[in-house]
Order: sequence, then C-alpha cells, then structure tokens
Amino acid sequence: MNAGGPLRPLSRALWRAPRLRLALLLSAPVGWLVVAYLGSLFVLLASAFWSTDSFTGTIIREPTTENFSALLRGEVYRAITLRTLLLAAGVTVIDVLLGFPIAFFMAKVARRRWRPLLVAAVLTPLWASYLVKAYAWRVMVGTGGVLDWALEPVGLRAPGFGLGALWIVLAYLWLPYMILPIFAGLDRLPDSLLEASSDLGAGTWRTFRAVVLPLALPAVVAGSIFTFSLTLGDYVAVNIVGGKTQMIGNVIYANVGPANNLPFAAALATVPVVIMLVYLLAARRAGALESL
Amino acid sequence: MYLSRSARIALRLFVAIGLAFVYLPLLVVVVESFNPARVASWPPDGFTVDWWARAWDNAGARNAVWTSVKAALGATVVALLLGSALSFAVQRHRFFGRDTLSLLVVLPIALPGIVTGIALQSTFRFLGVPLSLWTIVVGHATFCIVVVFNNVVARLRRVSRSLEEASMDLGADGAQTFRFVTFPALRSALLAGALLAFALSFDEIIVTTFTAGAGDQTLPIWIFTNLTRPNQAPVVNVVAVLLILISVVPIWLAQRLSEGAFRGAGAGAVAAR
Repeated sequence: MNAGGPLRPLSRALWRAPRLRLALLLSAPVGWLVVAYLGSLFVLLASAFWSTDSFTGTIIREPTTENFSALLRGEVYRAITLRTLLLAAGVTVIDVLLGFPIAFFMAKVARRRWRPLLVAAVLTPLWASYLVKAYAWRVMVGTGGVLDWALEPVGLRAPGFGLGALWIVLAYLWLPYMILPIFAGLDRLPDSLLEASSDLGAGTWRTFRAVVLPLALPAVVAGSIFTFSLTLGDYVAVNIVGGKTQMIGNVIYANVGPANNLPFAAALATVPVVIMLVYLLAARRAGALESL
Repeated sequence: MYLSRSARIALRLFVAIGLAFVYLPLLVVVVESFNPARVASWPPDGFTVDWWARAWDNAGARNAVWTSVKAALGATVVALLLGSALSFAVQRHRFFGRDTLSLLVVLPIALPGIVTGIALQSTFRFLGVPLSLWTIVVGHATFCIVVVFNNVVARLRRVSRSLEEASMDLGADGAQTFRFVTFPALRSALLAGALLAFALSFDEIIVTTFTAGAGDQTLPIWIFTNLTRPNQAPVVNVVAVLLILISVVPIWLAQRLSEGAFRGAGAGAVAAR
C-alpha cells in the first residue's frame, strides 16, 4: 500500500483535532434539524399568535392570543381532541393485540429459514400505496361492499362509513409499524433467557409475563409512538372512510385549505405537538427511543 | 420458550388470520384492476385487461412516477449524508446536548405529518421561497434522516473501533482507513437505510401536499386526484398492483443485505402521515 494519499495532511490534522472533526460532522445535520426543522416549528408557533383579516384573508402579523382563547372556549374542539385521543388509544390497543402475537411468532416460534419470508410478508403492504389501501377499504366497508356481501348470508351488515370503520382502517394501515419494532425487540432477546426461566421452573405463562413482556415493553412503546402520532395527524383516511367524523387532523386541514385561516390551524396544530412531546418524553424514560 | 402443541397451533392460526387481514384489501385492489366497471364496485362485473393497457400509456401516471423518483432520490441523498454524519458524531463522540440531539432526530417522524407539513409551508411562505420539487426534497429529507441514522448507529455500535486503530497502526491514514475499513463495514447498513428512505419518500402524501408547487405532481398526489374519477380509478388500481409487484425487489435486497433491514422500518413510518 502507498505511504498515504494526497489527503494525508488533511486527515492528520483531523485526527489530531477531535473537536474539529466533531464540529465538521455536526454542522450539516444540526444545521438542518435545528435551523430548518426547529426553525419552521418556531415559525408555526409564532403564526399561531397572528390573525387573519376576515375580509381580505391576508395574515396580520400582530401578536394576539385570540386563536388560543377561541380554542379553549370552543366545546367542539375539546370534543374533537378527546375523540382523536380515544381513537389513537383504540388503534394502538388493536395493533398491540394483533401485532404482538405475530411478532412473537416471527421472532421466537417460526423456523429460522421462514423468518426473512415472514418479515417480507409484513413489509410488502408498506410499499403498496397508503391511499390505494384506504380506498380498498372503502370498497370493503361501504354499503353493498365486500363486507356486506360476505356478511349478508349470516344476517349481519358492514359498519358503513364512520368512527367504527375509521378505527378498523387506521389499525390496519399502521399495523406493520407496530409489528416491526416489536419483532426487532424480541429478536434481540436471547433465547437463553427464556430457557433459563423455564429451567428455574417457570411455566409458559409465567415466562411470558415475567421475562418476555418486561423486556419487550420498550419495543411496544416504540411501536405505539407511530400508531399514536400517525392517528393524531391523519386526515386522508378520515375523509375516505370516516364519513362525517371530525378529527384534529382534518380540522387543521380545513383551516389551512378551504377556510384559509393559517393562524388558527397553527394554534390547533400545537395540540398534537404537545401530546406527542409528552408521549416522547415518557417513552424516553421507558427506554423506547432506542427501539425505534 | 416451551409452548404446548395446542398453543403452537393456536398461534400459527392467529398469524395466518392476521396475515389474511393484512392481504385481503390488497387482493381487493388486484381484483378491482380487472373489473370492467368504471367506478369501484363489488362483486366485479366481469373480467377485462383494458385498464392494464390504458395504464401502460397513461402520460400523467408516468410523469408522476418520474417526479416521485426524482424527489425520493434527492431526499435519500440528503438523508444519507446528514444521517451518517450525525450517527458518527453521536456514536463516536461525547458532547453537550448529545441526548437532546438523538431526541431531535426522531421528532420529524414522531410529530404528525400535518404539523411538519404546515410548519415547512408557512416557513417557505414567510421566507418567500416558491414551492417546487426542491421544497418537496427538503420536507422528505427531514423525516428520512432518522431512518439512515438508526441503521448506521446500530451498525457502528457493533463494529469495533480496534479494527480502525489496527488499520492506522499499519500505516493507513484517515482517508484510507475510512475507504478500506470503516466504509465496507457500513455499506450494507447504508444501503438498507437508503432503500427505506427512498420507500418512505416515494409513498409520502401529507408533507408533500403542503410542500409541493402547483405543477409538481408526485405519484401519491396523482393517485389522490385520480382515485375518485370514473375511468381513472381502475387505472390507479393497476398502478398500485404494479407498485406492489416492483416493491418485492428492494425488500428482498434489503433483507439479503442487512439483518438490520427492518430496523427503523417502523421509523419509516412513514412517518410523516
């Protein structure tokens, strides 16, 4: 090998100055995340204190707390926030109940050579367009749709568009985001721990409750970050299968678009931001951020 | 863990039903792409390959695929550069604010996409930046960084520093060590991260809606505007089936390349819905 390329002086200088190396590594990503991303979140927060001229629709850049007091006064917004939170929790519960056994089977029960195939089977639906899947559900739950057609012989009917359909569809759409982190978490869990537990006399249920569940909890919390945040912000599926249901996401969307009231939309957007920040800080304490 | 025979069978049955639940709507999409009806209906009226022929020479869909590819490539390149620089900094150095930074990198996917979308849109408006393909790339790259970061950090944690030290002891300089030792160890993690970032960006609609200019139609936006139009909806189904079929290739590749391929896939989340 040659005694060093033309970059040698540069690489030596960098090696001798770890602080300089760190500064070079950090400058671009910190610039992007702090300046561009946090900066624009700050602009959003600032614009929540602006107002819109109701006549011309232009934004008036003078500070006012009117948006937030309208938000707090409106019974409607409290009901919408509560409904969205309950839906997010409901979707998360379904995804844990469905996703955990599937992830457990993939990581601990299925034969090794089947594993890549199972992971691929869970990943593939992620590549199908989200919109197309949501519309496929419209064909399924709508009146005269697939579910009606399949349930008719048993004398049942499909739920139709509304909160119930939305619950099923969102749980469906986010399921892979729950399965994958749990699978990764269980995959990292050594089999020897499970064997040790049964050598010490624990039965299947006890091993599951006392060993598997506590060690897999951070992964479950990591998955729930996705199911929660995706549900909080969704407005597309709400429009497709939600019927007349109002969620935080589509109220924000309506204020940005048709109502053209960006300041009020910005004030509304602080609601999911605050919820997710609290959630993230709690998740970090549970050690879940490593499992994302 | 010991599972009784009946527990095993029950679990297997549960997984089979779960996967059926996952694939049923996809099957409906496949069936609808052969349905002669001009709007989605059930049961299908008959069988036709007409929509497949029409999808083939649909200029709108083709342009939208092209726009999406450009946006996704741009976002992937930015995410690769920023994500790997950040993972080296966080994994190899100790500095003030390190923990905050690893929380900050998750934020763009942990906050709902609509928040990221309107935040970026109002900033672009505030600064007077016209919306274009470039603003889409900025939006997508922001939430793709974490996917690359997660993959590379996980790999760096496992690659021993002593390999690099040995290389330097044998007379290689920093650049050579990076080229012959560090980079080959990271290659598959970088590729897995890039594939995921590309996929995330390719299917993103919410952030895109707020950051795209009037003339920039990515594939998801094209799908959204055409799904409800008679005569176009079945073409959309064909495009969707094609996407699923094509996607098998990168998934298979990512699986072969990296045991960490599914890491951060959740992150993929896609975040930004």
